[in-house]
Amino acid sequence: GPGGGAPLENANPLIYRRSGERPVTAQEEDDDLPDAIDDREIFDLIRSINDPEHPLTLEELNVVEQVRVKVNDAESTVAVEFTPTIPHCSMATLIGLSIKVKLIRSLPERFKLDVHITPGTHASEHAVNKQLADKERVAAALENSHLLEVVNQCLSART
Amino acid sequence: CLENTDPRMRGRGIQLLSQVLLQCYSLLQEKEVLHLVLFYENRLQDHHLVIPSVLQGLRALSMCEVLSPGLAVSVLKAIFQEVHVQSLLQLDRHTVYSIIINFMGSREEELKGLGADFTFGFIQMMDGEKDPRNLLVAFQIVRDLIAKNYTLGPFVEELFEVTSCYFPIDFTPPPNDPHGIQREDLILSLRAVLASTPQFAEFLLPLLIEKMDSDLQSAKLDSLQTLTACCAIYGQKELQEFLPSLWSSLRREVFQTASEKVEAECLAALHALSACLSRSVLSSDTEDLLDSFLSSILQDCRHHLCEPDMKLVWPSAKLLQAAAGASLRAYYRVTRIVLPLLLEQYTKHPQSSQRRTILEMLLGFLELQQKWGLVEEDESTLLSLRASVCSVVFSALTDPSVQLQLIGIRALTVLGSLQGFLSHSDLELVADHLIRLTLHEDSQSSEAAMEAAASLAPIYPKVFSGHMVPRLEEELQSVSSSEREEESSHDHCSLRQRCLQALAAVSTHTSIVKETVPVLLQHLRKLQKGSEAGTIQGMVSVCQSLHRVALQCQQDDDGCWYYHQTVVPCLLAMAVQAAMQESAHPLLGKALIEEEVLTAMVPVISAATTHLSPELAAQSVSHVVPLFLDGEVSFLPQNSFPCSFQPFEDGDCFDTQRRLVALLMAFVCSLPCKVAIPQQERLLRELLALSCSCNCPFTATTAAKCFAGLVNKHPAGQQLDEILQLAVNRMEPSLAEGPRRMQALTLLLWVTKALVLRYHPLSSHLTDKLLGLLSDVELGPVAADGFSLLMADSPDVLHKGCHADVRIMFRQRFFTTNVPKLVQGFHGAGPDVKANYLKGLSHVLNHLPKPVLVTELPTLLSLLLEALSCSDCVVQLSTLSCLQPLLLEAPQIMSLHVDTLVTKFLSLTSSPTMAVRIAALRCAHALTSLPATVLLPYKARVIRALAKPLDDKKRLVRKEAVAARGEW
Repeated sequence: GPGGGAPLENANPLIYRRSGERPVTAQEEDDDLPDAIDDREIFDLIRSINDPEHPLTLEELNVVEQVRVKVNDAESTVAVEFTPTIPHCSMATLIGLSIKVKLIRSLPERFKLDVHITPGTHASEHAVNKQLADKERVAAALENSHLLEVVNQCLSART
Repeated sequence: CLENTDPRMRGRGIQLLSQVLLQCYSLLQEKEVLHLVLFYENRLQDHHLVIPSVLQGLRALSMCEVLSPGLAVSVLKAIFQEVHVQSLLQLDRHTVYSIIINFMGSREEELKGLGADFTFGFIQMMDGEKDPRNLLVAFQIVRDLIAKNYTLGPFVEELFEVTSCYFPIDFTPPPNDPHGIQREDLILSLRAVLASTPQFAEFLLPLLIEKMDSDLQSAKLDSLQTLTACCAIYGQKELQEFLPSLWSSLRREVFQTASEKVEAECLAALHALSACLSRSVLSSDTEDLLDSFLSSILQDCRHHLCEPDMKLVWPSAKLLQAAAGASLRAYYRVTRIVLPLLLEQYTKHPQSSQRRTILEMLLGFLELQQKWGLVEEDESTLLSLRASVCSVVFSALTDPSVQLQLIGIRALTVLGSLQGFLSHSDLELVADHLIRLTLHEDSQSSEAAMEAAASLAPIYPKVFSGHMVPRLEEELQSVSSSEREEESSHDHCSLRQRCLQALAAVSTHTSIVKETVPVLLQHLRKLQKGSEAGTIQGMVSVCQSLHRVALQCQQDDDGCWYYHQTVVPCLLAMAVQAAMQESAHPLLGKALIEEEVLTAMVPVISAATTHLSPELAAQSVSHVVPLFLDGEVSFLPQNSFPCSFQPFEDGDCFDTQRRLVALLMAFVCSLPCKVAIPQQERLLRELLALSCSCNCPFTATTAAKCFAGLVNKHPAGQQLDEILQLAVNRMEPSLAEGPRRMQALTLLLWVTKALVLRYHPLSSHLTDKLLGLLSDVELGPVAADGFSLLMADSPDVLHKGCHADVRIMFRQRFFTTNVPKLVQGFHGAGPDVKANYLKGLSHVLNHLPKPVLVTELPTLLSLLLEALSCSDCVVQLSTLSCLQPLLLEAPQIMSLHVDTLVTKFLSLTSSPTMAVRIAALRCAHALTSLPATVLLPYKARVIRALAKPLDDKKRLVRKEAVAARGEW
């Protein structure tokens, strides 16, 4: 986070309210009934990821929204669109990578993941999407210990 | 020896002398002390090997009461002159500080005679001190120098330098530190020095401003807390020069920080600054700095309040509230600008989410006003804006957004608490809104509206009893009458439920209770006469509401007696009536005496009884006990019954009457201790007989509980011993064989509990009996579960609230005596009953306070690990819930078993029981608190194994799996 006192580029961003914890239903407490993996469950996995710059979550900055999460449990596919706060945001790849890593760690292996920028919201949309879709590059990025540390920081719980 | 030429020998001689003096300094004569002091002062010039022993001797002498005037100064001068303190060892430096402390305690005036020389001498002495133990003492000396007004002379800045060089404290105690000095001790001790005098202000404030900008969060926090401490003694003179920098640092931190702690400390510091400026006495020619300080805050923050979607809106509001909350003057100054601004912004922003933010900020300022109450003064902006504030709040109450409604309700509660703010017509409107929200809106709003009514009702009892109660009564009647019209019965139920809850909620004033209790009882009677579906649920709801009212009445003697007198006989009469009707016409089922409804009545009667004064309770017990023993019904409100009431008589036709023992239990077990129970021995015998002979489990259990509740409070002595002997004599043969083993076991459990709680000697005999039953194939599992009953708090009898005799350490005591027996029993038991011992053990452990558990762990761990392999899922579950906190609190011990733990936890993540899977995953998660080196060999395996529960069919399991795997 910002420690020394260097001002942030966008110090007063628009913020959005966090959705509360998902209420536990009677069905969820019933041992016998299966609960399908749904959009909200995926959204809950990624909404609390910290923004690399602001002391805010991706949900509070509206970078991720539940309507931009699509899951098909039967076909094992997940698609997430994310929207950088500004079209030139240099952190877009890092944010995409954090979302992807969180999903890789949290979802069963059968799922095919697609994480990309909401169309028309970023200057280098195509390039970023290509990087995020490239399995080898994602794997290589995660070998980089510095990058991994930054990603883990985004994924850690706020203190 | 003292004159030996070898300094080591001289040193030993002096050491001996000093040791002697330390033992007997109080016996010395004035002249002897004089001689010794002169001798020791002289020895200070001796070889450095001798000095430590010399200082010990001087320390002994510094404690002498008969020290002649002048000697203390002379000793100090000699030390200042002859000893270079910082080249001594830690212990010897400590001795020097102790000498000074001793003199400061006993020779204050004399030392002050030294003037600033003393201060200077000490500064030189402590300069460079590094040891935390010595620093604590040195800081104490500086604090005393300042607090006791020693002359600092020209050395203020030097004294500041020699202490502030340690700020911010950066000290981590070494592991296994035997001295136990914590970082926090040093921080507080240094802070007490730095914040002890305004004379340091000109040096300290720039330092604090600098450290607030530090990269270290601990330095930031320490600076902020020190600033807050300084504000308690500073005036505006000290702050003046630094206010702009202080404000800009605080603003920067609050606007940028991600840490709630830093934010909270910044706000506290701002509050303290504002309070300090508010407090300062102004001379006629000085400017009021509070005004200009608040102006700059307003200037920097107000425009952010106009952007309710942006990040800085809340930090700005919090800064303004922190400053405004410091004094009434500051509050007026800030609200004069902010309140009109917020009201205007509310109108300008039509979206509910924006309005919610704005109203929530407004609420913050209203809550500050609560602190001072409403003062009728021209300056109060709030009063001048009354109409617009009310209209904004009322508009929020009718907004479709629940979130906005909720803030509106809270604002309404605050406005109502400001005496005189709301007019009579406003208040009626308030009541209307609350009724509407309670009955027809979202469940969150409804709940919030009830709570608002609950907190406003005692302030305006007439408005609520005259306005809200009749409306709720009407609504309740219309719900029950329209029920026949086949409308959605679910809606009716929930509407009725809300009416009942709201009636209970507003019963926060005796005058309202006298209106609501008859309505509730009337509704219960109506339900009893009707025969619709849902009657039982309705009756239970009435009882829940009656219970809440009872709790709210307890503190008020008048209300408590009114409630008891009105409700208890009425419930008894209705129950007796229903029981008799059923005896006469067994086919006419009566909901009122269903177990569920009787169970719901128990807490009502209990809460109506626990807080009675002993005199009134005695009056009541003289009616209730004869009702049950002799069928004496004359005190009941409707007392013409078709037959007699004989709950303790034999015969099948009295089955339903016997169930009412639940109501007797609720009453008689809740009485204050001093109240004598008439015919107690006869009552106990009847209860004992009923508990052993009755075939209905509900009645038998209730009779056993009632017996146990009375036995627990029975004064010790022959009578008690006799009745207990009687109980044992009845229990033992029934336990051994026959058709009523289960009843006997229930009685055994409850009586054991009653006696364990009060440390009665017979309890160990009964517990052994219970332990013996664990190996019984038929009763073993029930006996094992009984350990949970023994250890847990019981909701209706045998707890503190109903005046039971409960010793605080009973769980530890039970643990110490019985766990070894359980362990031994386990090892000796056959394979078919081993699980019973594990189950009993895990119940005992589960209820033990965690610190006790952690210390007892090593002896039990192997057994717990074995319990994880037990196939009983109750045992698995409770073992996992024992182990989880231990992983967090005793990682060292647990590390030794990491291999077993990993294997067992992972295998339990595929248990067929969801609760076990969840608990196993939580334990797998908790494993991550073990040291990294211990975990590393298992990392890949655990991460692979945790992939499977990510695809669990239950969402709650997946959630835990995600958390655990993420952490690994």
